[in-house]
Amino acid sequence: MRSYKFILLTIVLMLVLAACGGRSSQKDQVEVFSWWTGGGEAAGLDAMIEVFKAEYPDIEFVNAAVAGGAGTNARAVLAGRLQANNPPDSWQGHAGQELIGTYVAANQLEPLNFLYEEEGWLAVMPPTLIPLMSEGGNIYSVPVNIHRANVLWYNPSVLTANGISVPTTLSEWYAAMDTLKANGMEAPLALGEQWTAMHLFETVLLASLGTNAYNGLWDGSTSWSSPQVTTALQDFQKLLTYTNSDASALSWQDAAQLVINGDAAFNVMGDWAEGFFREIGSVPMQGYGWAPTPGTGGNFQFLSDSFVLPRNAPHRDAAIAWLKVAGSKAGQDAFNPVKGSIPARNDADRSLYGEYLLSAMNDWASNTVVGSLTHGVVANDSWKSEIDTALGLFLNNGNIAAFQAALAAACSASGPCQ
Amino acid sequence: MRLKSEKWLNILLVSPSIIAVLIFVYGFILWSVRVSLSQWKGLMPDYTWAGLQNYRDLFNDPRFHIDIRNTIIFTTLFVGGCLVIGIFLAILLDQGLRGETFFRNLFLFPMAISFIVTGVVWRWLMNPALGGRISGFNLLFDSLGLDFLINRWYTVPNWGMAAIALPAIWQMSGYTMALYLGGLRAIPESLREAARMDGANEWQIYTNIIFPLLRPITLSALIILGHISLKVFDLIVAVAGKQLPLDVPAIYMWQTTFDGNFYGRGAAIGILLLLSVAILVVPYIRYTTRTETEQ
Repeated sequence: MRSYKFILLTIVLMLVLAACGGRSSQKDQVEVFSWWTGGGEAAGLDAMIEVFKAEYPDIEFVNAAVAGGAGTNARAVLAGRLQANNPPDSWQGHAGQELIGTYVAANQLEPLNFLYEEEGWLAVMPPTLIPLMSEGGNIYSVPVNIHRANVLWYNPSVLTANGISVPTTLSEWYAAMDTLKANGMEAPLALGEQWTAMHLFETVLLASLGTNAYNGLWDGSTSWSSPQVTTALQDFQKLLTYTNSDASALSWQDAAQLVINGDAAFNVMGDWAEGFFREIGSVPMQGYGWAPTPGTGGNFQFLSDSFVLPRNAPHRDAAIAWLKVAGSKAGQDAFNPVKGSIPARNDADRSLYGEYLLSAMNDWASNTVVGSLTHGVVANDSWKSEIDTALGLFLNNGNIAAFQAALAAACSASGPCQ
Repeated sequence: MRLKSEKWLNILLVSPSIIAVLIFVYGFILWSVRVSLSQWKGLMPDYTWAGLQNYRDLFNDPRFHIDIRNTIIFTTLFVGGCLVIGIFLAILLDQGLRGETFFRNLFLFPMAISFIVTGVVWRWLMNPALGGRISGFNLLFDSLGLDFLINRWYTVPNWGMAAIALPAIWQMSGYTMALYLGGLRAIPESLREAARMDGANEWQIYTNIIFPLLRPITLSALIILGHISLKVFDLIVAVAGKQLPLDVPAIYMWQTTFDGNFYGRGAAIGILLLLSVAILVVPYIRYTTRTETEQ
């Protein structure tokens, strides 16, 4: 009998202790959810948190970052929290359809037009950017940084040694790589794992179709079954013949490194590659050079990390305070030099940025802004994942007709095509 | 009185785990079945009835065909490789040679490592780069003059999955050896002696006496290895990331659910995985419970 009582007592004690574990802090706080847990991203976030703390010393900042590959894990955690009606006060997401198609479609976000008007952000951000982050005239997120997707990285000494100038059209690019192959370079165009192939694919779509037809792919006005798209797919297939055979085994860093080492002449990657080049000690215009991907000059294919305001944010005022910092000049100038990206605002302090970023800022202010597919601007998650599967099958079997049919089917099932 | 109160205490103490299993295992299986029969696509639950549409779509889905093919290749090579190497090592160790304990532990050791660690190491070993950037096994073969062995490993078109089976075999064949060694030790020496008296040679002793007596061990090993292989996920992601030529149902389930918000389809893949494992495991459970009650 004695042991019986003892066990009961233990159970009761455990329940009491468990009940005491709840939160007791009453100080105002803001919980911000992101996948920035390492490298320049985490350092940039910390710098922006410092700006926030200086402006709002009474609000406690809770950094709810979840580690793991480009946010896949974080997004799964976030989905669980939203389904349980337990949202953070704000979270990070790629500006555009990745946020709109998933969270606006589920009625989870508040429009932020009032904040844009109050803070005067419409005057300092490119007018072609705003529609790409909006749905039905409502803006749904505050972009903190801008990255460019359509960048061709090249090795200047390899080009000079082979008497090649930087290509500006697809046909010049083919000719340059034919020369390199004839001179004994096995794979002039460095490629990495499957998502880097999708990254290359979106820049080829833009180059081959042109700005208007490319934009039309995402609003349904360009048919995926059209002969123009067939030509674009053929261009993509031709480019793949210049790539390395071990692409699927390489990360984007491995692929970019091939250019620095001179094993390849070209690589198409977003401009976060510049931070990587600096990190491994390469010097701009000596170790690596850059240009818009051939055929896409005058276009800035962008992607952006942005923050949102959930409909039922537990601390709405604190969340708005955070968004004000994220969209402010001080916040963006704290974040971007560390992360290696440019501010979404065009009034940044130019003395803080390096050679590449300054050239990107010039283009950002003057070019036509178009959205990236791989990084969530133009297609919602479901559509993108269907395109990814179609692309994976194509990389496997090289069947253009089947690829185009699958792309058209994906647009009907998950995109605007009816 | 005392007996009765102890009985209630036992039930009380077991009940939390029974309730937890009912909710978190069987309850969630039923919920997944329900989701797999729904049109849920997008962040928020949508239980609109879809019948078997998700399942029908999967069977017409070229990606799922690749998944099934890859699972068959992987399972065949992995289970077959482990059984053959396992029984071979067990027979060697059963010969009573010196240093048996040392070798037993040596062969068993890889099992102490997680698939993730194995995957990362084998990613380096099976580096598919050729030419000037050659490394890993290929570099070893190159410096030994065994050029004909140099290959592209998991990037070989259509058969890359076979390369993924290698680290899995490396990791689990020691465990299979331990199972077989236990079985061999349980066979009384008198049986072998009787066979020798009857004029059987060593080969006949193995094929006619030892192997048939090891059949229950083979069955256990088949079940354990089989369900690991059907659910494989971490090893592939660690070696090769997520790419279509090496896709399996578990990776498709993860990507389509959490990257693509196709919850209904993801649940359907999960249920098909569960069924395939059940087909393997249920007969085994029935077999063991029957033999246990007989004993």
